[in-house]
Amino acid sequence: MKHFRLSETRIDAAALRITLENPAAGGCVTFEGWVRNHNEARAVTRLDYQAFAPLAEDEGEAILAEATSRFALRAARCVHRVGALAIGDMAVWVGASADHRDAAFAACRWIIDEVKRRVPIWKNEHYADGESGWLHPDSTPADVPPR
Amino acid sequence: MKIRLLYFASLADRAGRAEEIVDTQAPAPRDLYAEVAEIHGFAFPIERLRVAVNGALTAWDHALADGDEVVFLPPVSGG
Repeated sequence: MKHFRLSETRIDAAALRITLENPAAGGCVTFEGWVRNHNEARAVTRLDYQAFAPLAEDEGEAILAEATSRFALRAARCVHRVGALAIGDMAVWVGASADHRDAAFAACRWIIDEVKRRVPIWKNEHYADGESGWLHPDSTPADVPPR
Repeated sequence: MKIRLLYFASLADRAGRAEEIVDTQAPAPRDLYAEVAEIHGFAFPIERLRVAVNGALTAWDHALADGDEVVFLPPVSGG
């Protein structure tokens, strides 16, 4: 079974939670990333996520495998949306179950941070003023006009 | 040799396409990026990109072969 996947449809958090269940687990920590209506002081109306799917799935699986070796987990899963999302939609779900809460909290935080850092998924924000732009977070501008 | 390029996010917008096949003598992704950046006006310096060949992240000096699929990955923004 895949531990990481991309989804073109709404994420079902209740169904995913069940995949974390294990008789030895003392609890789980889950994270839901939602589409918010603002970013960097601009009003956001909706966004699109685009992925390089084969590599995104491989990187996602690698992150969850690494999490399982770094932390004392019973289970870990992640689902990330692609396509068009509205304000309030769930963009990403991460869950980790463990015998004890420290490992579950630490793993959940580590997984979402690694997904944001490594998995080839890009966000195109659409703003209230009609503009839109792909986000390429870094210290320098994402793109500048042609020479 | 012929190389298939896939473009994502702002690189696809700038190139005006999601993919293309180029006939090139570029020995490695580093040289290929310089070629297509010149054609399409890509502004990213190579230091801000990663490169995947045939679906796997690889080094900028990896030797390219005819029929390879190359993707230049701009900084990601998932989550």
